Amino acid sequence: MIYSLFLGCTIPARSRNYEISARAIASRLDIEFVDIDEFSCCGFPLEASDEKGAVLLAARNLCLAEERGLDICVLCSACASMLTKTAYHLKENRELRDEVNKELSKVGKEYKGTSKVKHFARILLEDVGLERIKNEVRRDLTGLRVATHYGCHYLKPSYIYEGFDDPQDPQSLELILDAAGVTNIQYRHKKLCCGGPVLLTDEELALSIAREKLVCLKDAGIDCMNLVCPFCDLMYDSNQKGIEAKFGEEYNMPVLYLPQIIGLAMGMGRKELGLNLNSVSTKELEARFEV
Amino acid sequence: MKRINVRESDPGLVEEVESEEFLSGFRGCLGCGTCSAGCPVRRVTTAYDPMRIMRMLVLGLRQELLKGDMIWLCSDCYTCQENCPMDIKITDIINHLKNLATQERNIPLGVSTQEKLLKDQGKIYVIDEFDNKKRSKAGLPPLPAIAEEARTLLAKREGRHKRE
Repeated sequence: MIYSLFLGCTIPARSRNYEISARAIASRLDIEFVDIDEFSCCGFPLEASDEKGAVLLAARNLCLAEERGLDICVLCSACASMLTKTAYHLKENRELRDEVNKELSKVGKEYKGTSKVKHFARILLEDVGLERIKNEVRRDLTGLRVATHYGCHYLKPSYIYEGFDDPQDPQSLELILDAAGVTNIQYRHKKLCCGGPVLLTDEELALSIAREKLVCLKDAGIDCMNLVCPFCDLMYDSNQKGIEAKFGEEYNMPVLYLPQIIGLAMGMGRKELGLNLNSVSTKELEARFEV
Repeated sequence: MKRINVRESDPGLVEEVESEEFLSGFRGCLGCGTCSAGCPVRRVTTAYDPMRIMRMLVLGLRQELLKGDMIWLCSDCYTCQENCPMDIKITDIINHLKNLATQERNIPLGVSTQEKLLKDQGKIYVIDEFDNKKRSKAGLPPLPAIAEEARTLLAKREGRHKRE
């Protein structure tokens, strides 16, 4: 299994724990990643103010993978939706495709539509398979109570994602965790957005949105959260202390990326999974499972 | 909330948004409020209401929509769009409205700052020597500082509406 690895902007600069753990478990699962230095921003941050520019950036990134005959594995959910949405519209809208290709020709590129874009979690589910993950389990995580946060762009807009999961009743991430042997916990606000995109326009509002889920999870009595997007992680992990201070509450809730949890189940260690880079300490949890 | 004044209606806005074929069909809005009922932003503030945005669009209230702050509070989560019984592309429409507001120079500082970063660097964060040192220490491959060709691509565009 070989994919070009699309990191985007945030992960290589701010969320190295996600990148470290994703590469670590990929290597155990025989996924080969090809790094393409020329990848730029996916285009997502331009969507609100310059949607054509956003599509151009996304299309150029797709071209870079196409030229190498590779499909694309994406770690960030915002990048996954931007690249997948662009591929969708360029397929459906001939006029847009011609317009984009005219611009791309100025840098010697042409979009053909031959590379498939998939989020890393979707690759684990569809291409690696749950059996393979089960077979790689080396540490018993029974009793690790995990609440999964799906976030938004991993599943939505659903018209671009070919029904690989149902945004109204998502299962994919919990199926993967189930294969890794952890205990999935259900909670009321499972589908709630992290509020991340609102940070740019109204920080206080964004933090209030993130708080809703933290409060709900505090009551659910979980050991950690599981997520698959660096923006969601920014809201729940990096900003958790700030939300605690702002609202005079205490959550003390470890937030792990999916590959960090899978890696723990595979028997990997703290540094191997970048757990030392998490904002909320994971040490208590590590001690419990003798990491 | 201020009372809606339909005398301010500009049907041109409806046509403008409908001209994007993918976004058309919003005139079928039932006003059922399913969008607002599920909205995570609406949960915590009354300053935001996706149904109100849809009604303002159908009524062509251009000034209020494009000069106001409300559209910029959308968190882009697509809950409203996924729940809409008329399959109206509510989130995609609000995103397009943000683009139209930008052309009218109504753009929050955070958004315009990101736009400038991308046009200068092709990525939001420059990967400097320090970053690459940390990456190398963690066993990660080095990355170039900026995305030069992406910057060129954005700079070479024709007929780009100039706001400045």
